[in-house]
Amino acid sequence: MSLVHNFPFFSILLCMVSGIFTSVLKPRTAKWLTLAVAGASLVLNAFTLGLTLGLKDAYPFMMGHFPAPWGNEIRIGQLEALMATGLSAVVFIALAAGLYHTPTFVAEKKQNLYCIMIDLALAATLVMIYTNDLFTAYVFIEIMTIASCALVVVRQNGHTLVAATRYMVMNLLASGLVLLGISMLYGITGHLLMEPLHQAVLRIHESGRYAGPLTVVIALITAGLGIKSAMFPFHAWAPDTYAYAPPMSSAILSGVVSKAYLFLLIKFFWRVVGIDIVIQQQISQFLFFAGIAGMVLASVMAISQREIRRMVALSSVAQISYVYIGIGMGTEAGLAAALFQMLAHSAAKSLLFLSTWELVSVSGDHKRFRYLHGAGYRNVPAGIVFTVSAMSMVGIPFTGGFIAKIQLAAAGMPLGGWTTALVLIALALSTLLNAVYFLHTVVSIYRRRPENIEYALPEKQPRRIAAALFLSMMLTLYLGVGSGPIMRVIEAGLKMFT
Amino acid sequence: MWQLLYENLEQAVAVILFGIGFCILLLQRNLIRKIIGLNIMDTAVYLFLASMGFINGRKAPIVAGGVQDASAYINPIPAGLVLTGIVVSVSFTAIMLALTVRLYRRYRTLDIDQIALMAKAEDAS
Repeated sequence: MSLVHNFPFFSILLCMVSGIFTSVLKPRTAKWLTLAVAGASLVLNAFTLGLTLGLKDAYPFMMGHFPAPWGNEIRIGQLEALMATGLSAVVFIALAAGLYHTPTFVAEKKQNLYCIMIDLALAATLVMIYTNDLFTAYVFIEIMTIASCALVVVRQNGHTLVAATRYMVMNLLASGLVLLGISMLYGITGHLLMEPLHQAVLRIHESGRYAGPLTVVIALITAGLGIKSAMFPFHAWAPDTYAYAPPMSSAILSGVVSKAYLFLLIKFFWRVVGIDIVIQQQISQFLFFAGIAGMVLASVMAISQREIRRMVALSSVAQISYVYIGIGMGTEAGLAAALFQMLAHSAAKSLLFLSTWELVSVSGDHKRFRYLHGAGYRNVPAGIVFTVSAMSMVGIPFTGGFIAKIQLAAAGMPLGGWTTALVLIALALSTLLNAVYFLHTVVSIYRRRPENIEYALPEKQPRRIAAALFLSMMLTLYLGVGSGPIMRVIEAGLKMFT
Repeated sequence: MWQLLYENLEQAVAVILFGIGFCILLLQRNLIRKIIGLNIMDTAVYLFLASMGFINGRKAPIVAGGVQDASAYINPIPAGLVLTGIVVSVSFTAIMLALTVRLYRRYRTLDIDQIALMAKAEDAS
């Protein structure tokens, strides 16, 4: 075992320990430390990815003193390392571009706390990606819930408080469902580690006993994680929460937090229950139809929004639906497309939230579209970045979103019959709707500004914000142009995943 | 059916309690009642776990009197899970109460729907 084998554990530990130190540092130092931690997590996980590329199979990493069936462990494969690297990168970029603005939203005394919550959210994300133990996953779901709620509520205004309360209530309901599901599963299997759990589930399924409880368990955990990741019929909390949270929080919530829940759900389906049983219990079909409905209806709702941030938030719901369609297909190709969509959406959506804020802040803090006219000229880098990430959302070639849509369509082909037709029609319709609202926005930020509105001159911003935005734009473009290697890693990772 | 229910009485009660707590948390408009619902819901899960781990005629899993045989004790893992769960729900209750205090100071009501309306009105003015 080399040093690199320990890196996933180090990255988790680093985030949690730095959270403790952050609380006693000066706000400025705390911010730099948080940024450094996110960067270190990115580097550590990238090394892990490099290591796993050369491995034949995923390796377990024992936590504590007891070996497998009793103790706790994490498990590191290509897929886990890829997701951890991608999501750490998104957190790093969001911090680099957003930390400068935190004083606008966060009171001076609360800045350290804000940094702690970011550290915690990143730690929880990494644990949910790597963990091999269902109860550890539950504990970190709760830590994530606390951290994400704190990320929203840190902004002191009425709307945000209401949004945060709603978000918290929905999250608590979802946590309750997940906890009950895990308790029942433990009751019928007697295991919490994923491999023995999977064997036990297979035995139960073969024997035909506990068929009812097993269905209930899968439904409970799916509903719980679905609510938390803003799956379509359960998305009601999402628009307000994303729209009224500080922009960096929205970027992290939509770009990273929801992806961590999704990855956990994928793990639960493929590694704990086994996708065949999920298909047999008709849960995956439900996800498939929810996804189809979500990608069309959430886009329709997004069109009817008059505020840019609510529109971006609803487009998040539509994009998450793509992931659910991929999962709902129940095939390896569908899952690969879903995973790629998770990465592509994570990179592009965090950018959209950040650049939207930049555009709004040079338009006198008005979020209505007509005030945004000409914002693309008043802040040129933000305009360019917004345009590129909007193109990724729509699925224009050379961006990550395009590849995700192609992969999803290709995965839908072999399903045959009306399912294929449904996937293709929904994709086409959703692309069209996305184009309507995103390109409309892009056009409106490059229109001539209305004569009768005067804007205060924006203060000069440090170049590193523009640099960070451009860097992450490169990530989106890279996902569009150089998707080959990433798809290969995902496919190889899926082989060692189950 | 009744036989089955009788054999799994604790679990059945726990699931019913869970449902009650869930509905209160989801449907009540009063924030304090929501918090009570949250606690009922979580406690129901602890009842579920604890009743599953309990084996009639055995002792709590604390080694006393030198008895090391596992068959003398009940399963300790559900108890551990319940402890973890209690910590989690206490911290959630604290956060929800803090949010409630903050909302009450600002709007002088506990009704979440009214608060939402007032926040909207605040935005328009």
